[in-house]
Amino acid sequence: MRTSLRMGRCRGEIGFLNHLTMKSYHLDHLDYLETEAIHIMREVASEFERPAILFSGGKDSICLLRLAEKAFRPSDIPMPFLNVATGHEFPELLEFRDRRAKELGAKLIVRTVDEALEKGTAVQAAGQISRNQLQIPVLLGAIEEYRFDCCIGGARRDEEKARAKERFFSFRDSFGQWDPKNQRPEIWNLYNGRLNPGENMRVFPLSNWTEMDVWEYIKREKLEVPSIYFSHKRRCVRRGGQWVPDTELMPVKSNEEVKDLIVRVRTIGDIISTGCVESPASNCDDIIAEIAAARVTERGSRADDRVSEAAMEDRKKAGYF
Amino acid sequence: MSSLYSHPVDLLRFNTCGSVDDGKSTLIGRLLYDSKSLMEDQIEALERSADITGGGQINLANLTDGLRAEREQGITIDVAYRYFATPHRKFIIADTPGHVQYTRNMVTGASSANLSIILIDARQGVIEQSRRHAIIASLLRIPHLVVAINKMDLVDWSEERFLEIKTQFEEFLPRLDIKDVKFIPVSALNGDNIVTASAHTPWYPGPTLLGHLETVHIASDSNLSNFRFPVQWVNRPNNPTDQTLHDFRGLSGQIAGGIVKIGQKVTVLPSGFSSTVKQIWTLDGPLEEAFSPQSVTLVLDHDLDISRGDVIVDAEDLPGASSDLHAKICWMNPRPLTTGKQYLLKHTTQTVKAAVTAIEHKINISTLEKENGITELAMNDIGEIRLKTAKPLIYDGYATNRLTGSFILIEEGTNVTVAAGMLLPPTEIARPEYRDFAI
Repeated sequence: MRTSLRMGRCRGEIGFLNHLTMKSYHLDHLDYLETEAIHIMREVASEFERPAILFSGGKDSICLLRLAEKAFRPSDIPMPFLNVATGHEFPELLEFRDRRAKELGAKLIVRTVDEALEKGTAVQAAGQISRNQLQIPVLLGAIEEYRFDCCIGGARRDEEKARAKERFFSFRDSFGQWDPKNQRPEIWNLYNGRLNPGENMRVFPLSNWTEMDVWEYIKREKLEVPSIYFSHKRRCVRRGGQWVPDTELMPVKSNEEVKDLIVRVRTIGDIISTGCVESPASNCDDIIAEIAAARVTERGSRADDRVSEAAMEDRKKAGYF
Repeated sequence: MSSLYSHPVDLLRFNTCGSVDDGKSTLIGRLLYDSKSLMEDQIEALERSADITGGGQINLANLTDGLRAEREQGITIDVAYRYFATPHRKFIIADTPGHVQYTRNMVTGASSANLSIILIDARQGVIEQSRRHAIIASLLRIPHLVVAINKMDLVDWSEERFLEIKTQFEEFLPRLDIKDVKFIPVSALNGDNIVTASAHTPWYPGPTLLGHLETVHIASDSNLSNFRFPVQWVNRPNNPTDQTLHDFRGLSGQIAGGIVKIGQKVTVLPSGFSSTVKQIWTLDGPLEEAFSPQSVTLVLDHDLDISRGDVIVDAEDLPGASSDLHAKICWMNPRPLTTGKQYLLKHTTQTVKAAVTAIEHKINISTLEKENGITELAMNDIGEIRLKTAKPLIYDGYATNRLTGSFILIEEGTNVTVAAGMLLPPTEIARPEYRDFAI
């Protein structure tokens, strides 16, 4: 929904005639997802006393920030950004995170797993290398420290099966737990954000977005994303059936295969466990084509021509028992 | 737009109703599988599980039944959302279970749907559950209905059987508020008429299920007639350095109905102040006009005292206003509704105290008959009630506008959502006290 010129972009076969004679008042899919998310952001600003936006610097939370601008400008975004850092991030991500928060004039709160390990509020299990699990106590600690009653996150329902059953407003008890059998019904656009002391809400404005929608939105809004999403040269190690970045956090063992590859990351997590996909995609259009190809690998020769390394990687992953 | 589409695409939201045995999960699995919406790893996972448990055949239902409890019990316990796209449209599926006890899930899944798919087992024909689903779809005013008559392979693709079921269903249609109904003979298991036309149904001239979903006309589904703008958030930058921002007083919200234009005369309710629209502000630049369901920020000609919960409407087209409400509700809590109890009522952007003053009757959702002399509504019951609110609601009947005509009830203390409500048409129109008075 940019200017009135953008109205009526969405026309069916019948609508084509309409457009010659009259305007069509119908939103296309990105406009629809956008207005739904803006509505949710404003509900959070109105119904919670101390909300925060979880901002990692990843592609989904980049969309969240643009939606926050759309919801609240010309005012300041009325909530701080919170990042729970594992300490194992890609350096490009941290640089981007700090710069973006500054550009938007927002307060960025960073809490790290390292601090929590030092204080003893998080404890590393023997043999545990990934720090994804350790983010949970750090997040809960930050919620308690700042008395946040609501955290807006960029999770999407298309990510996996359990997420497909999440609500937009996901109620958490005083231990931060989600009970899938005891969720509040969500009807029309009426969200119930009421809490008792100590309880908490997680809100997911991108619930209805797919990976494709996110990239289409990044393209449409001309949003900057960290460079590691695009094709670059990187030394990678073969681990667990995928290529992961070679990093001093986890030195290469003598029996491991190492290669210099042209890769990009599809999702960003911990640097030691984020799989890199071999890909020549160097801009949004390339990525959108790559995702489309990954979805339609068997759609016929037209699509087969565009099958990329990312699609190949998916197959390899699936084939790994 | 992306290079994937040569033209803009829109979004269709639909829900599927049916019980485990109707093959609902298989139908969704088939739609995803045949429209090539599955990733390779999902397909391979399916094939693997088929080898172990399915006797070699892929169990498409495994795609949708996500939680462990569901797999163990072979049921769908809650609303699950699925996403897929074709070159023509993007789709959001709300997959809702068909058990008697899960009416509330269907209401949840269907409340924002453009279209509802009802599955009927061709061997069984129209059963009580099919009628119940159609009645709920009608109560929720879902604009489009598809009756997918499934397992046609098990009745030898009999046109006679198809027409017989169609007639059974059409017999009670006149009592429902559904304008657009489509009947499609399918076999979800084998993929007939789901994505590709079946060779077994030369007698059926219509589209496949996906063909219909891709082309059904939804552009006129939202209310574009009556301008309604519930104020969600007052946008006041209060910027001390930038003078233009210092004086900016915007009213942010999502347009719940109609179209708004620059220069349009509007009334703010419940106060009744009049003004005109000076600016329609968005981050992407000002608009000349905006329509439902766009999210915008309005700037009015006068600096009025407006806050969240107020409603800005077309000055020539006022909604209803009353604190005595008449509504149909679906009760969603294990503790039954009884008269006299107080709840919080959330309607558009405001939450007010409300007391249930009377239960008029319960609606038998298998026959649409009214059951009088009812003292309580149990979980999954639908009934008509009277409510008294602490302050008047500015509203429309649900039949006119799904957004300004709906509400939820919240129980104080537990904070759980206990009911979904649909308001009957107002008997009193908002009567602003200060209609011609502007500051």
